[in-house]
Amino acid sequence: MSEAKRTETVITFSAAAGLGLQTAEDLAGKILSGAGFYVFSTREYMSRVRGGNNSSQFRVSTSPVRAQVDRIDWLFALSPGLHVNVTENISKSTRIVGDTTALAAEIAALGFEMVDIDLIERAKKIGGAVYASMIVAGFITGIFGFSETSADDYIAVRFGSKPEVVEKNGIAFREGHRLGLETVGGEPVLQKNTASKKSFVFMDGDTALGLAAAAAGCNYITAYPMSPGTGVFSFFARNADALDAVVEQAEDEISAINMALGASYAGARAMTTTSGGGFVLMTEGISLAGITETPVVIHLAQRPGPATGLATRTEQADLEIALHAGHGEFPRAIFAPINVESTFTVAGRAFETAWKYQTPSVILTDQYLLDTGYDVKRPVPASIRPPVVPAEAPEGYARYRFPEDGKWISPFAVPGHGPGFVSFDSHEHTEDAHITENREIRRKMVEKRLAKEHAMREEAMPHILIGPEDHHTLLVCWGSTFEPLREALAILSPDGVALAACEQLNPLPESFVRLMAKESAKIFVEGNATAQFARLVRAQTGATATDTILKYDGYPFTVDELVERVGRILEKFAKGAK
Amino acid sequence: MIETKFDYNGEISWCPGCGDFKILEALKLALSELALEPNEVVVVSGIGQAAKMPHYLRCHCVNGLHGRALPLATGVKASNPNLTVIAVGGDGDMYGEGGNHFLHAIRRNPNITNIVCNNMIYGLTKGQGSPTTPIGTHTSTQPGGVVNRPLNPLLLALSCGATFVARGSAADVDRTKELLKQAISHKGYALVDILQPCVSFNKTHSWQWLATAAKWIEGEGRDEGDISVAMSRALESDPFPLGIIYRAEPGKTFEETQAPYRSGDTTPLFARLPRYEAIERLIG
Repeated sequence: MSEAKRTETVITFSAAAGLGLQTAEDLAGKILSGAGFYVFSTREYMSRVRGGNNSSQFRVSTSPVRAQVDRIDWLFALSPGLHVNVTENISKSTRIVGDTTALAAEIAALGFEMVDIDLIERAKKIGGAVYASMIVAGFITGIFGFSETSADDYIAVRFGSKPEVVEKNGIAFREGHRLGLETVGGEPVLQKNTASKKSFVFMDGDTALGLAAAAAGCNYITAYPMSPGTGVFSFFARNADALDAVVEQAEDEISAINMALGASYAGARAMTTTSGGGFVLMTEGISLAGITETPVVIHLAQRPGPATGLATRTEQADLEIALHAGHGEFPRAIFAPINVESTFTVAGRAFETAWKYQTPSVILTDQYLLDTGYDVKRPVPASIRPPVVPAEAPEGYARYRFPEDGKWISPFAVPGHGPGFVSFDSHEHTEDAHITENREIRRKMVEKRLAKEHAMREEAMPHILIGPEDHHTLLVCWGSTFEPLREALAILSPDGVALAACEQLNPLPESFVRLMAKESAKIFVEGNATAQFARLVRAQTGATATDTILKYDGYPFTVDELVERVGRILEKFAKGAK
Repeated sequence: MIETKFDYNGEISWCPGCGDFKILEALKLALSELALEPNEVVVVSGIGQAAKMPHYLRCHCVNGLHGRALPLATGVKASNPNLTVIAVGGDGDMYGEGGNHFLHAIRRNPNITNIVCNNMIYGLTKGQGSPTTPIGTHTSTQPGGVVNRPLNPLLLALSCGATFVARGSAADVDRTKELLKQAISHKGYALVDILQPCVSFNKTHSWQWLATAAKWIEGEGRDEGDISVAMSRALESDPFPLGIIYRAEPGKTFEETQAPYRSGDTTPLFARLPRYEAIERLIG
């Protein structure tokens, strides 16, 4: 896979935290995307504010790209101490750009050569190391053969109030541009895409989730900061005025979920966002949402555990805690978006389901998905069902009235809207929300709550199937594993192999239950060590995994890795069949 | 007993002679005299004997989890600032299990009233030491006597920046009712810690003890806004001072600092729709 295809170019940045490469990445992404290329970007970082070595990948293509690959065509190596996840992917065709003074020995030891652009010295001559980022942005623009004026508008907007800074950034950009153009000998690395790409916008998982929540009417968000769950919270904090939302950083996750539940009870559309460690603190609140039949959306952004685990990395190992969090028995919906577009749709569904069935919805994402962005078809906010303004509580209203035949839920009303009293009780309760130990009422209330799950299953989002209906082998995945697996399968294009993914993991859709009943080899591909989804599927459908492909080193699956691992298993199956 | 709109006619499961009856009476009278309508009032609690109080009132009853009344109440108030929100519970609930929320609710300053029925013992779980139980008290789980120092809720509230801090007594419904009226009218977080006996599990702090161990602060026009005076008062325990310990300008409430209400528009969140224009703009 080392040969660079002419339809795409892969750029990797590797630099210490705090070096400010974000500007270069943002700007290069904007210019390339604006020019008609499809851009995919993702990043991985260490749990430290300064130093270390973080990397990000830019995949620039003439057709849509949605997954991370191993290959590196251009490596911008700005800090010594490159990590193995970068060095193992350097090949003879990789152009390594950076400071010889800082990295020459290291790169030589790996057996490669560098293109020296004397970056930091150059930046210092312009006015300070801070301009290095703009030189890199210019360099990238140069190797793609764009004009040296490509960034003028961006620079004017971003630094407009400081003429000196505008000028120096302009100089830095042009200098980088000249170097880039020289390096490729005036020959652009990729031909511009002529096809129209107008209806596309660049979006990452965090933004897609925030926008979808806002479109679903989310106007109350709480969190205790925890990577990688904080991004969506910051999105709301930044845009609180525009989105007309209450945004509060709680003293802990217990408070965060209880505030969200109080807000939902009184009529807000509340969400709380966290990661695994915070989610477990919320479990009593999730149970409270269950018995009080209070809608709430909980965003669980997965990172590797147990405990503190790998604080800034990715994993898919919190499915089972999402499924079982909270004591007692009550229904819950669990959603897991498979890519950025899906994050938008699925987050909308999470709100719709929570409010329709008055029960908690969990959105399971992960660091990789949230920090990954690419050009997506412009999402349509109106495609998400708008919130329903609750009817007035009439005189004699009872919050937990047993539903009429054919209905699953009690009418939802809020306090202060209508003459009736709207109550909320964590005990087993009567229809009007008072404490009871009556056995008959207890039985009926348990059944009332659990009955909602039947309706939720009927309405569950159907699974996605890529490939033939009459397959002999099925790859099964969920969440962010989908895109690299889809691309790997497209590359392998084996006969009779299909890929199934679920965006809703609980209740599992009927369509998926039927799919699992079909005779086929089932290979579960998951970013965890114990195949949690395979276990859930076995529990809910009886189907067992024939084989698994698992990853739990803190990094996401890449396309190349899955081509190799899936290929190996398919080969083994083929041999076994003969 | 005077009838009010807030009277609940069902069974009450407190022990006969419990101080909670008197606090319930004071609260109902306070709400009634403030001319509040029952459907404008939400009483929120956690778990404990005192936390059953919302069930015994005719208004919106919110009975959540142990220790979590304050976050729950904060959520209710910021979701609909037009509601009068009262968080009620016992010393174990508010100062023990909910201790962290207590500190941060005060810092956050939601416009809610926090009533703590302080009987210096765990009642619901049958007589264990609470955060306010004095050293040496023999209980079922501290048979050799409590060794942890008791928490001083008033001093703690003052140190966190509370702008209304008061202590009432279940032995004086009238004056406690007046305190509650002032607390509910205070714009911002208000703490009313109310001393009460536990007739089943606390033999030391009886009705007789309460009659002599606490004394109302006398004198009109004294400086309620002097934090040093308030802190000294909060430290007094022989007798415990009753009345408003501290009252000052509350500043902005939590709700007022939030985007939806910053302009003064108090339309509840349930009546607000998604901001499609802003969303389209943010999509880019």
